[in-house]
Amino acid sequence: MRAMGKSAMSRTAGLRRVAGRFAVFLLLLVAALVAAPAASRAVNVERVVSPGGIEAWLVRDPTIPVISVHLAFRDGAALDPGGKLGLATMVSGLLDEGAGDLDSEAFQGRLNDLAIQLGFDAGLDYFTGSLKTLKENRDTAFDMLRLALTSPRFDAEPIERIRNQVLTILARNAEDPGRIAAETWYRTVFPDHPYGRPVDGTPDSIHAIAAADLHRFVKERLARDNLMIGVVGDITPEELAPLLDKTFGALPAHAGPDTVPEVKPKGAGEFVVIDRDIPQSVVFFGEAGVKRDDPDYYAAYIMNYILGGGGFSSRLTQEVREKRGLAYSVYTYLNPLEHAGLISGGVATRNGKVKDSIEIIRGEWQRLRDRGVTDAELKDAKSYLTGSFPLRLDTTDKIAQTLVAIQMDRLGIDYLDKRNALIEGVTQKDIERVAQRLIDTQALAFVVVGKPDGVSSAGAPAPAPPQPQGPPENPM
Amino acid sequence: MIPIRARLPALFAALIAFVAGPAHAAVFDPETFTLDNGLQVVVIENHRVPVVTHMVWYKVGAADEAPGETGLAHFLEHLMFKGTDTIKPQEFSKIIAMNGGQDNAFTTHDYTAYFENVARDRLDLVMKMEADRMQNLRLTDAVVLPERDVVREERRSRVDNDPGALLSEAMAAATYLNLPYRRPVIGWDHEIRELGTRKAIGFYRRHYAPNNAILVVAGDVTAAELRPLAEKYFGPIPRRDVAPRVRPKEPPHHAETRVVLKDARVNQPEWVRNYLAPSYTEGESKYTAALQVLAQILGGDSSGRLYRSLVVQGKLAAGVGAYYNPASVDLTEFTFVASPQPGVSLEKIESGIDAEIAKLLEQGVSGDELARAKKQLVAQATYARDSMTVAARLFGVALATGGTADQVESWPDRIAAVTAGQVDEAAAAVLRSENSTTGELLPKPAS
Repeated sequence: MRAMGKSAMSRTAGLRRVAGRFAVFLLLLVAALVAAPAASRAVNVERVVSPGGIEAWLVRDPTIPVISVHLAFRDGAALDPGGKLGLATMVSGLLDEGAGDLDSEAFQGRLNDLAIQLGFDAGLDYFTGSLKTLKENRDTAFDMLRLALTSPRFDAEPIERIRNQVLTILARNAEDPGRIAAETWYRTVFPDHPYGRPVDGTPDSIHAIAAADLHRFVKERLARDNLMIGVVGDITPEELAPLLDKTFGALPAHAGPDTVPEVKPKGAGEFVVIDRDIPQSVVFFGEAGVKRDDPDYYAAYIMNYILGGGGFSSRLTQEVREKRGLAYSVYTYLNPLEHAGLISGGVATRNGKVKDSIEIIRGEWQRLRDRGVTDAELKDAKSYLTGSFPLRLDTTDKIAQTLVAIQMDRLGIDYLDKRNALIEGVTQKDIERVAQRLIDTQALAFVVVGKPDGVSSAGAPAPAPPQPQGPPENPM
Repeated sequence: MIPIRARLPALFAALIAFVAGPAHAAVFDPETFTLDNGLQVVVIENHRVPVVTHMVWYKVGAADEAPGETGLAHFLEHLMFKGTDTIKPQEFSKIIAMNGGQDNAFTTHDYTAYFENVARDRLDLVMKMEADRMQNLRLTDAVVLPERDVVREERRSRVDNDPGALLSEAMAAATYLNLPYRRPVIGWDHEIRELGTRKAIGFYRRHYAPNNAILVVAGDVTAAELRPLAEKYFGPIPRRDVAPRVRPKEPPHHAETRVVLKDARVNQPEWVRNYLAPSYTEGESKYTAALQVLAQILGGDSSGRLYRSLVVQGKLAAGVGAYYNPASVDLTEFTFVASPQPGVSLEKIESGIDAEIAKLLEQGVSGDELARAKKQLVAQATYARDSMTVAARLFGVALATGGTADQVESWPDRIAAVTAGQVDEAAAAVLRSENSTTGELLPKPAS
């Protein structure tokens, strides 16, 4: 592959990973979905409100006999209690492991027999679910979703089994340089905030979670007033409305409060090296960005595209990869969390070139602040960002995810129609202002995992203490 | 949306199996035709959004490299973005992006494919650009040498930084005694280092030709609209003599093989086993549909035999799976993988899987299991219609590995026709210890 993607390079199936994920990447995906531009004339979003008052956004598509549902509850793993980190993750693994009269084997058996795909996931700010079914099994599929959300059993056998699976994932993540780098970075910039904690927990916290914790999570966190629903496929509003009441009507009316405080990233200028005996160092870096409701969001989004978000068109890819061959992958992205904004990035390079690569990245950071972007760059970014959005709407599940992402970000049901104009409206002046406001080379915090030549930790070791230390020595 | 469990890769596997060979009277209903210069064309209509996936597949991959030049097919894939007589180096992807499109490419042992996802009104542009680089690639050391460093970084990212990937490389070399599938697609680092402009251009001249390629376009376009564009842009490219794919054949295997990789970086041990298996075009091809059903019965999902036995009842594994992909020019593998639960040894995992295999060979599969597995696989064909990129890949893989569009369309019928007796016979033919390579990934205490 010319760029990282799904296809396996190696022919031997070998060690296909059993499972694996990381909240940061989920957030990235959600951010990308919403951040990406523009409407597609072919997608018509309808608001469906059930007799019981439950709202879903629907895109009808009768071309294939399939229905995709995506849903999200506001607030996620950031609300996990301190000693029980990973609680939301455990719930996500267990909701479809037995509910109502069906034990795990019966529940999974029914899903599998009908080829119904049902799954849940936990991120820092959201707890999400997805359902995909053939039209012929629609009512059963929605009923399985109802059971999972409203009467999960949390029997002892599946709890222990899923606990072991999470522990296995934690063990595997602990050997993955990219995950080590990202987790350390979040711990460094959010030393005393839930965003600095691992979404999937720690071995101790996973061991501490009991059935009562899982039941409490479901009761307190999964409610009608923090639920957002997107439905796509071969179903009409008239068919969907009563299904909404049947499926979600039994959820409690109100979720517990979101007690996660607003936060600004700390750790400005930190430089952490985590020693690992690997041939290629993996680097994660970043600083404060913008939240999704920031008036400068679109300017920041375009600026990021030009800096490191735009694949082969980005400045970082041109400078680090194309001109110098220093890395296969170098990128930045906006991560607009619910209570903090970040601009983050990564690069992986041979140990002897870490210093050079970071110097180039810092140089590009500074160039952006000092000189902004060119007219041509701004124009090209806009044409990509406005033109490429329909590419994200090519499957029912991707459209359903997008419908929910728009609701999560409170962008309005007409967002798909407004999107192009918001992108087109960004000016050189906007980018200049945002660069001055956000881009600060001295504030960048770096984490390097590997055996880099010529750089070492400056500032605090990981995990960072609550207070960032004074201006760190520049390791360059 | 990835739940924590082993059945997810199983769903993925079903998709792969599907990609591998799939699909039912009028699943995708493609139109196919061939230009005078030999270029095969497949059009799959999907009018949900006004976009298209445009792919060009070359019937050449890493298994077609000369010994000592591993990585050349993949290296050339990277270099195809480095310019032509009319497109400057670094410009190809920029032009696609400026037009709101996304492009990329991938290489396997059997094929190399390039794609652009674009709005339908940009189809003309990407066809022109793709046809241009089929014949007018221009390379200089100034762009080739930095890209070689990029590929070496890619190898470090994908392989050298990952002990599991290192075990996969060693497994491939043990699974195939003679087939070039034993060599890594990305190449050995010491051989990548020796690749250069001359070798890349030589490979390009030998293999990149319309008569060795397939054009697949899926999305908001009809064959009637596409055909004149294909004739306009690809039609004038002359045929070129392309040597037939003659690869060394695999001899019979007599020794079961074990590959053990111990690495201080490993926290979570893994167990994997490959059995040499037939593909659609090599070996006992009559077993392919039965083996796809077998993989589903054993490892398809959380109701499958392996998950019930090793994960739920035995409490040995955290995850387990069985995979089989028959879309391969030469022989392929039937693969088992398992991740032990904390504190469980790989010996226990292996005994558990061996016991399941023995039970299968003694008692066969039941009618209920068979019916369920077939139903699930056939459902995958309907789900696959949801995605134009999946559809495009299905046809590209099939045609690039010696199959036909009709074989893709008839896949659900072939799956539906599989009998329990055929599954039992296929299992007995493939799951033989002398055909097996077992891999262990283990931690090594730091010295």
